[in-house]
Amino acid sequence: MSNSSNVVVHHISPARNAAVRAPWTSVESAAVLLAHDDIDTDQIIPARFLTTTQRAGLGAHCFADWRYDAEGRARTEFPLNAPHAAGRRILVAGANFGCGSSREHAPWALLDAGFEAVVAASFADIFRSNANRNGLLTVAVGEQIADIHHRLRAAPDGVISIDLESQVVAWAPGHAAQFALDAFTKRALLHGLDELGMLLAELPAIEAWERAHDREVGAPVGVAAGVAP
Amino acid sequence: MTAPARPRTLFDRIWQAHEVRAGSGALPSTLYIDLHLIHEVTSPQAFSELAERGLRVRRPDRTLATMDHSTPTTVQTRAQMSAGAAASQLDQLQANCTAHGIELFDLGHAQRGIVHVIGPELGRTQPGMTIVCGDSHTSTHGAFGALAFGIGTSEVGHVLATQCLLQRKPRTMEVRVDGKLADGVTAKDIVLAIIARIGVDGGTGHVIEYRGTAIQSLDMAGRMTVCNMSIEAGARAGMIAPDDTTFAYLAGREASPTGESWDRAVSAWRQLRTDDEAAFDRSVRIDARTLAPMITWGTNPGMGIPIDAPVPDDGSAASQRAFAYMGVTPGKPLLGTPVNVVFVGSCTNGRLDDLRAAARVLEGRRVADGTRMLVVPGSQQVKRDAEAEGLANIFRSAGAEWRESGCSMCIAMNGDAVERGQLAISTSNRNFEGRQGAGARTLLASPATAAASAIAGAVADPRHYTAHRNYTASPVLEGVA
Repeated sequence: MSNSSNVVVHHISPARNAAVRAPWTSVESAAVLLAHDDIDTDQIIPARFLTTTQRAGLGAHCFADWRYDAEGRARTEFPLNAPHAAGRRILVAGANFGCGSSREHAPWALLDAGFEAVVAASFADIFRSNANRNGLLTVAVGEQIADIHHRLRAAPDGVISIDLESQVVAWAPGHAAQFALDAFTKRALLHGLDELGMLLAELPAIEAWERAHDREVGAPVGVAAGVAP
Repeated sequence: MTAPARPRTLFDRIWQAHEVRAGSGALPSTLYIDLHLIHEVTSPQAFSELAERGLRVRRPDRTLATMDHSTPTTVQTRAQMSAGAAASQLDQLQANCTAHGIELFDLGHAQRGIVHVIGPELGRTQPGMTIVCGDSHTSTHGAFGALAFGIGTSEVGHVLATQCLLQRKPRTMEVRVDGKLADGVTAKDIVLAIIARIGVDGGTGHVIEYRGTAIQSLDMAGRMTVCNMSIEAGARAGMIAPDDTTFAYLAGREASPTGESWDRAVSAWRQLRTDDEAAFDRSVRIDARTLAPMITWGTNPGMGIPIDAPVPDDGSAASQRAFAYMGVTPGKPLLGTPVNVVFVGSCTNGRLDDLRAAARVLEGRRVADGTRMLVVPGSQQVKRDAEAEGLANIFRSAGAEWRESGCSMCIAMNGDAVERGQLAISTSNRNFEGRQGAGARTLLASPATAAASAIAGAVADPRHYTAHRNYTASPVLEGVA
């Protein structure tokens, strides 16, 4: 389970629309199934591992309290510990995956553990935004998740394929669905776009806006920022 | 904005006022951020990214740093702290703030505290602002009629470098709570009831505006408790229109405007409301008169019930998992279930009013033998106020531990943890598996319920401990209620 290339931040000059990571195009892989709903970020990466000041290296602690017992022994019944789980690049979950805290350590940990996409019925907002921004594709399939779970239970080694351009996920012959993704996120993933670079390119407009709204030093900021109608 | 006035929500007003560039087609809006709060846990990688790109913090004057998540509650200064990952994270925040000229409330600073307690306390949080922080409970600041939401570390970097974020406009949701609350029912009970009603993803994609007479009747501490837990319903943010209660709270605070500026500010703040004709994408109504003190029985904040109600079994796999983890029996109330630990504190319930509520129940009583009670003020200012008012003595005399401020046992990063298998009743915001320590089990409740349970050594109904009390007759708490 090692594929941390997705979390490397490249040294680039802040140019407009520069790519910061490899384009996300498609993935085809068997999946790890964690079928329950409401898997929170405290499970994905427990808070005690957040004392790090790095992005890399969190994969070893991904789902730590579900993977290891009190003595640190691997729980053999946990899907991520199954011998066949090694190298799988798709995680399949239930509804509201990634609820809880805003910790970006959650997608960093999943990427560091080798995942490139999470397929779920739905996602929590902050996790979803963090994940896509880091190149961990969130595939929300709604009620179709029941069939995906069903097929994976029947055939745990079944291959799932996800194509970003067509926004199609396929999990068995004749079983495929389109998934929704906002157009900006899709473009950013397809081209590995640098959001910070885009904002930096807007700096002249931001500065002009500040000159117009940041009128008085010492004025309450909300008022200075133009809340008056 | 010269377009004819379309009815707008409070959220619309603040959003539109902060759009440097309105979103269109495939592009999200560029949203200006008035106040950026940072702390030690979610900022180091953002500063690293700035360093790698050779960027500076653009508006250190709109950035405020504190240390709260991993700080020990047993020592007052960095020098007294033992070495380790948490200490080096604090050192890194210190170095980053020094390098970029950011104001920092470090360990030992008189104004240090939990990021969502100090912002309001100092008057930095003001109506109409956009406020972000690398912390999901940033929604707390919405209690002032601000648009406040949690962001990831990459976005922390975006705001540090540009003071802006690329954001899609969320949908709006109205949660209206009308009617008079029964005795013993608090803001925490309101929000736990809301989450139980709409579910832990009921607010996904939405900003909630809390409205109605029960919300308006809350003091600022109560409003912050409600807005704080918006994220536990999956909402992007929660907010309450500012009113005289808000202005009275802000008047005279360190960063609040004064004199003519104050008058001008208040008249602008009064415009921050939802027009009568404005439509929300979704609406939920709750009758406050039907609410009771709430407690959670499971492993997410939506698994909440009135404290005397039986634990429900909806037959779902999620419920069966939660029963197994929590060791609770469906069909029976939690009342009387022995608790090992009681935690009063956090950004949800660590303010002076919260400590007063717990102290009122505890005064003249003792924490049950075999039960550990930890009281952690939300800030050093709350700590000083609570000590001056005699609350700390009530806690200590009752046998509770009284600590320095911080997130402490809410997130259990600092050594304050519930032991494996132990059951805690906690005034914090999350009852996820292991949230308060690996293997720990958590029941969420109000400060009054937590204090009552500390006395009983078991889950207890706060109404049985407060009904006969004449609060204002207390020599210590006189004038407090």
